[in-house]
Order: sequence, then C-alpha cells, then structure tokens
Amino acid sequence: MREPHSIVCLKVVPKSEEVTINSETRTLDRSKARSEINSPDMNALEAALTLKQRHGGRISLLSMGPPLFDQYLRLGLAMGADAAYLMSDRVFGGADTLATSYALAEGIRAIGEFSIIFCGDESSDGATGQVPPGIAEWLSVPQVTYASRVQVVNSGQVLRARRELGSGFEIIEAPLPCVVSVKQDINEPRFLDFQRYDWAMNEAEVTVWAASDLHLDESRLGLAGSPTIVAGVNVARSSERRREFLEGSPQEKADRLIEKIRPWLRVG
Amino acid sequence: MVESIYPSKDAHGIWVYLEHTGGRFEGVSLELLGRGRALADTTGENLTALLLSGDGSALAEEALGYGADEVLLAHHPALSVYTTLPSARVVADLIIHRRPNILLLGATVNGRDLAGRLAVRLLTGLTADCTDLLIDKESGLLSGEVTGFGQGILATIQCPDTRPQMATVRPGVFARPVFDPARCGRTEVIAVEIPEDDQHVQVLRQSSRRGVDITQAERLVIGGRGIQGDFALLRRLARALNADLGATRVAVDQGWIGHDRMVGQTGSVTRPKLALVCGASGAMQFTVGIQESETIVAINSDPEAPIFEVADYCIADDVFQVLPQLIEALDREMAGRKG
Repeated sequence: MREPHSIVCLKVVPKSEEVTINSETRTLDRSKARSEINSPDMNALEAALTLKQRHGGRISLLSMGPPLFDQYLRLGLAMGADAAYLMSDRVFGGADTLATSYALAEGIRAIGEFSIIFCGDESSDGATGQVPPGIAEWLSVPQVTYASRVQVVNSGQVLRARRELGSGFEIIEAPLPCVVSVKQDINEPRFLDFQRYDWAMNEAEVTVWAASDLHLDESRLGLAGSPTIVAGVNVARSSERRREFLEGSPQEKADRLIEKIRPWLRVG
Repeated sequence: MVESIYPSKDAHGIWVYLEHTGGRFEGVSLELLGRGRALADTTGENLTALLLSGDGSALAEEALGYGADEVLLAHHPALSVYTTLPSARVVADLIIHRRPNILLLGATVNGRDLAGRLAVRLLTGLTADCTDLLIDKESGLLSGEVTGFGQGILATIQCPDTRPQMATVRPGVFARPVFDPARCGRTEVIAVEIPEDDQHVQVLRQSSRRGVDITQAERLVIGGRGIQGDFALLRRLARALNADLGATRVAVDQGWIGHDRMVGQTGSVTRPKLALVCGASGAMQFTVGIQESETIVAINSDPEAPIFEVADYCIADDVFQVLPQLIEALDREMAGRKG
C-alpha cells in the first residue's frame, strides 16, 4: 500500500453572523466581519487527521484567497497537517462553482498524487455544496458527498462512508482515489498541537501559487470562466410582520396568545 | 468566456430530473414538474421528465399526469440505487444528444450530488438552491433567485451563454401540481450503456426512517437552542395544537431531533399557516425557512433576539414558564370546542 496522501480543501469565509447588509447600497458589508475557516471544512480536516493517526501518511492543505489567508493554513499545520498551498491571484476572483472547482482541481494536480480529497459539504457563505462534486469531475475520480462517517478499508484501497440522506442514511464504498465531502459537526476538531505551533507559525512554508505558476487556462478562471452571471441583487423582501409583544405573567401571555391565534386552531 | 457544448439556438426543451424511492416521487420532483409545466407554457417548449430506474417499472404515467409532455425512461441494474457516476453518465449523454435548453433538479442530497457533477461535465452554469425560477421576459433566459447569507440578500442568477441552463430548487418552494389522470403524453424507453468504470461505487445498505415531510405542514411548532433538548415539552405543545414538529439546525446537530425536521437554509422551506418558534434566536439561515408562514409566533427569553423582528406575536419570556401554560390553555380551548 502506498503511503496515503490526503488533501484537505479549506475555505476562509466571513463569520456570517458578523456580515451586515448596507440598506442603502443593498450590498453585503463584510468590512466588520472577521474571517474563519468554514466550519465543515474543519470537520473535514479532523477526519483527515484521524485517518492519518490510524493509517499514517501525510496531509496537504489547499486554499484559495489573498496572501494573508496563510495564517489560517498555519492553524491547520499546527493541528497536524504537513504541507500547505495557497492559490492567490486576482484572476481567481469572481468565480462561480465551475471556475472555482476548476482552479482547485488544478491546484490538487499540482500538489500531486492523492488518495482522498477532503472537503466540507458546503460553505457558510455559498451553501450550495456544488464544489466538491465539481472537483471530482475535473479530476475524473468518484465522489462521496454528505458523509457523516469516514473510514478506509480493504488495505487502504477503499473509502467506506456513511452518507446522510434526507430521510435516512446509506453506507457506501468508493475506490481510492476519491473526493469526499463531510457534514458539519461530524467530529470535534482538535486543539492546536503546541509542540507544532512555533514551527507552523514561523518556520513552516506555505506555498503560494499565482495562476501563472500553475500554467492555468485563464479563460477558465474567475469571472471569465464562470458561465453564470448575477443579473440582479436585492435585499430580500421582508414580509411585514406585526411584531406585537404580548405582556403579562406567563399565564397571561399564553392566554393572550390563544386569543391572537384562535383562527388557526382547529379540532381534529 | 466559457463556450457552450452546443449552441443556444439549437437548445430546446425544459427537462426535469425526477427522484423516486419505493415507487413514489420525492416531493420536490412533483414541485419541479408543476413549475416546469408553467415555465414550458411560458416559453412554448416541451416539458420532458427524466426517469432513471433499475427495472423500468417506474412512474412514467404519473410523471405525465403531473404535467410532463414526454418521459425519457432509462433503466439499467446500475440505476436501481442512486450512485453518482451511472446517473451522470445517462443524463449527460442524453443532454449531449438531445440538447435541452433547461435542466432542473431538486436540491436534495442526491440532486445536488448529481447537479454539481453534471455541470462540470457539461461545462455549463448551475444556479443552486433556487427559491424561485422565472423566465426573463426580455432575454428569455432562465432566472434563478437565490438567497445569500440566509435571507438577507436575494440575487438573480442567469446563465446567458452555455446550455443547458441548470438549476436546483429547494424542496417546498413550489406548490405540488394536481394529478390529472386524463393528461397524456409519450414515454420513450432509452437504451442505456454504463461502462464498468462508472460502476465501482457500491451502496452496501440503506436505511430509511420513513422521512417526515414538514414542508406541507399547516401548523408547525419549531424548537431551537433555548429548548435545551426538551423536545418532549414541544411534542406536547405540538399535540395540543395538532401541529407538526420542526427544529433549527442547532437542535438537529445536538441530536435532539431528526434531520428531516430541520427548517432553514440547509433544511426545509416551510409555509405553514401558523409557525410557533420556541427558543430560536432567529439567525437568517433559519428564518429563510419560515418567512413564507402566514403567522409567526416567537417565544424567547431574550427580548433583543432577532427572531422578534420577523414575528407577528412576540413573547419575551422563559419558554419553560410559558409553554406549560400555553399547553394547558390550548387543552382547555380544544376541550371547550369539543364540548
């Protein structure tokens, strides 16, 4: 069995509870929002670290974004990853899922052979879950999405996972190499390893790639490589609500509420 | 610019990918047939239903009765249980040969799994998790409405140059059409070849809790973090109200209640007449799942909780104080009505 090599895709997202909406310009205001690693991506990293403990091998981290995102990759290195790569170039900007998955797949190719690509099932800011299947298609490998449990069986040749379906689950096996996307909160991401901390923060190298370093086809990147366009943006219609506060003791509040909702009560 | 694999002037027809288990359609598949029918009537195109199954005994007549003009029925043993690659193979090959204008899928676990794969294989645009679909009057393009950051921002996404225009739609967004047994159309059985290489992923077993469908609930009691796991209390309230039970993501992630009852961006969009929200703070990712409710009641001990911004009737008090009183009052109310 070849030494397993996992690649974990990490997305840095603004903390969604700190993003506000500028009601005049009708745009998202991220200026006050701090960033964090997308939550299910942390669970993906933890799943990769657990596999590394059991089967050995190494873990590479891959992200896309401005150079200062290297600090987030360093956190992953301090948790136990071995190498980190950051794709940083303005031409990556404005990418939809087609262009994003193309760029990430090319980054993965540049890192080299892999056994498993780990991703979070969706991002807190996009929440569409379309990038992991896209990466798998660009790389022509199988995909296992919405996994809640991941293990490697059959002498390291097969990924076995539990997939959460809308109303149940399934146990699925896919030959390696493959892409797996894991659901949020399937595990408890570990704390930083303080013995690795200084190395990760100061000595470890985060490889930064521009598009030209990877000889990427620029027509497939960013806005140019995105077949979808945003035709309009609006602040969501906020349905006018009464916002009527009911006062009194708990019992009085309950009784007042019954008066208000009586039309919707029905026997049967 | 990304080049289309076939020119848009040759693209014709609206296709809907249908999901089914145990001889029944997924709710969202019916909803897509209903909306697809309306879109097809707008553009003057045919509505085609894609039906993949293990043995060909699937639901073609039903698809016609729910609004399709035509059913493409593909069957192969490798299609009996959904895995990505066989389904992607069949759908992509059909699309490349028949050149549809639009392809719609449900934003279910497997619908998203397939859509993301297909969009890259077909090198086309995918508008994911739409909350509405329209045909743009001027351009004739499919316009998908999506929400960003919960319900805060609404964006309209189009795919002007590449075909097919793909979209996934969340369950519960569109109304289910009425079945019309008199509707007729044609069913075409498709010869399917699936290469060995596409068949290496195996589903070892499946377990289905018979999923609860809260998207059709008329009355809904929803619990959040503030319920602290006491869903027994909420069940009593739901029983007193003759309501279904829903939950926020936090409550589901805590394991307090099943995933099929999750309301919000990653759960279901609901449209009950009455939603009673208990102990939920009101994050946008949640409120997108209740905003279509006729009346919203919120109970939360924090008077500053954002949930009160989107509620009709607000009770700023301890849920554990109010709910027992409310249950008692409801029981009295119902007993009074019966008597």
